[in-house]
Amino acid sequence: MRARLGPLELPNPVLAAAGCAGAGRELAQFIDVARVGAIISKSIMTEPRTGNPAPRLAETPSGLLNSVGLQGPGIDAFLQRDLPWLLSHGARVVVSIAGQTVREYGALAARLSDAAGVSAVEINLSCPNAEDAGRLFALDPTTAGSVVAAVRASLRHDIPVFAKLSPDVTDIVAVAGTCVAAGADGLSLVNVVLGMAIDPATMRPALAGAYGGLSGPAIRPVAVRCVWQVAEAFPDVPIIGTGGVRTGRDALELLLAGAWMIGVGTAIMHDPSACSRVVRELEEEVAAIGADQVADVIGQAHGGHGRAARGLARQGGTAGRAASP
Amino acid sequence: MTDPGAGPVQVRATVLTLRRVDAYHALTLVAPAIATRFRPGQFVTVAVGGPETSMLGRRAFVVHDVRPDHGGTVEFVFEALGPGTRWLAALRARDTLDAVGPLGRPFPVPKNPSRCLLLGVGYGSAPLFALAAKLTDRACSVDFLLGGPSADRVFGALSARRSGRSATITTADGSLGARGPVTAMLEQVIREARTEVIYASAPVPVLRDVTALATRYAIPVQASVDVPMACGIGVCMGCVLPVTGTDGITRIVRSCVDGPVFRADLVRWDDVGTIPFDALGAPGWKPKADGHLHAG
Repeated sequence: MRARLGPLELPNPVLAAAGCAGAGRELAQFIDVARVGAIISKSIMTEPRTGNPAPRLAETPSGLLNSVGLQGPGIDAFLQRDLPWLLSHGARVVVSIAGQTVREYGALAARLSDAAGVSAVEINLSCPNAEDAGRLFALDPTTAGSVVAAVRASLRHDIPVFAKLSPDVTDIVAVAGTCVAAGADGLSLVNVVLGMAIDPATMRPALAGAYGGLSGPAIRPVAVRCVWQVAEAFPDVPIIGTGGVRTGRDALELLLAGAWMIGVGTAIMHDPSACSRVVRELEEEVAAIGADQVADVIGQAHGGHGRAARGLARQGGTAGRAASP
Repeated sequence: MTDPGAGPVQVRATVLTLRRVDAYHALTLVAPAIATRFRPGQFVTVAVGGPETSMLGRRAFVVHDVRPDHGGTVEFVFEALGPGTRWLAALRARDTLDAVGPLGRPFPVPKNPSRCLLLGVGYGSAPLFALAAKLTDRACSVDFLLGGPSADRVFGALSARRSGRSATITTADGSLGARGPVTAMLEQVIREARTEVIYASAPVPVLRDVTALATRYAIPVQASVDVPMACGIGVCMGCVLPVTGTDGITRIVRSCVDGPVFRADLVRWDDVGTIPFDALGAPGWKPKADGHLHAG
């Protein structure tokens, strides 16, 4: 079930989504991290960060709301401790980066250029921009594009860059367009949807941060829609489809919408072996519909006349060449 | 037998029994791989609601007891308060559950025989009995101080009377034992029992008060916290507490991985639910030149 995202070739198309695989060690107690397509790290920032006060999580119907606030060890500890551990256990690592300024993203990219073994960089654009009153980078096409440009300018050329977009925008195709124009090799769709829960017992917000990011199967239709729209507009741009994937069938749905690979995120909270289970189930699903390989199903929901389907047919040399399991 | 202390496993466990224990429920699972690895103080998580569940968070429960029958069983105690625990309370024998465990840091036991006080509130008492057995095996003496809002919410009073050198019970309504909180009896109990070590499993405000009093008597406390968790394995970052390391640096740590049992004097009880300004990585926090960054 080999899969290819432009320059990035992986043994299978299932990735552990950012922020859901810890530093990798946590999952390695239950699955072989080398058998997941890739591990996308928790979003790494320049400095260690405590994140937000508790309560940080609330369970909602088929979803989890979180306002963890990017708690993390900072890039020094990540490069010294977490990245080598993942590589020594045979994992392929996509490093998610988060910044408070465009410059911080660029600085993180420069640090990663010197690190060995980074398969790709994913830019988490759902971070407050300290230079724009805390507005998320992902919300404005121009700002998102300038982050991608800063990362691309500082990062080694052979490391592909994926921009992870927020679905909380009026026109995700516009944001995708500026990110691609700024040099993104691919896109990750989607990050969390902003949401809120109030506890009737306390009459207060369920999260200390009042509102937070909704993830899980509750947002899967949003992810499918975003992947569909962006694949329609940019059929040649590799997409990592993320959002509420719990089963191989869910993964297949996103592939049909036009994703080239799949991120499994919140499902890991519910089932620590979700990634390896989805790999297995997706193999069965792809075989069950009579396809020889994952590449054959990508974008098929667009039909033979859709732009995505035409574009994907052109990619005989990239996705189409990936070998079946 | 698997070595105790080996890592956790994920298993499909069969329900052996589900019984009422006053206001609580005790669920016993056949889960040999968890039972053989278990050490007192550790917990399990279970998925609730069946395969198509809309409840994504796992439910975490400190293990009450493990037994060797059926290859190894694991029992935990809970109160049916929400949709997840109500679903659990409706299970029947031979139903199966996705279970993960044993998880977390167990109770450390003293190197030398010591006089130990085991303090529990509500179903928080559950992990204390397996601990008591282990302590007794190591020639420690065990005194119990158990409490709860009412007689039907004091877990294990009978077991405590049977297995402890002494057992003191308090209830808020006076329906069993002395009227009042456990902390009202704590000073008297530690004086009479000449307590050397306290193990406590109770709500955070009680743990804070126990720690404060024990500190005055220079008695070390190992505290098991009951903090809501969604994953139990360290990835969701939901169950965090501010804890000071032995290096003096406060970190926001996960109670599922670094706990649920903590050295109580290192937990910043008054700051639970906040981010102390001096915590590593707090807003405005600056790394020191000597490389504390790498300790994060």
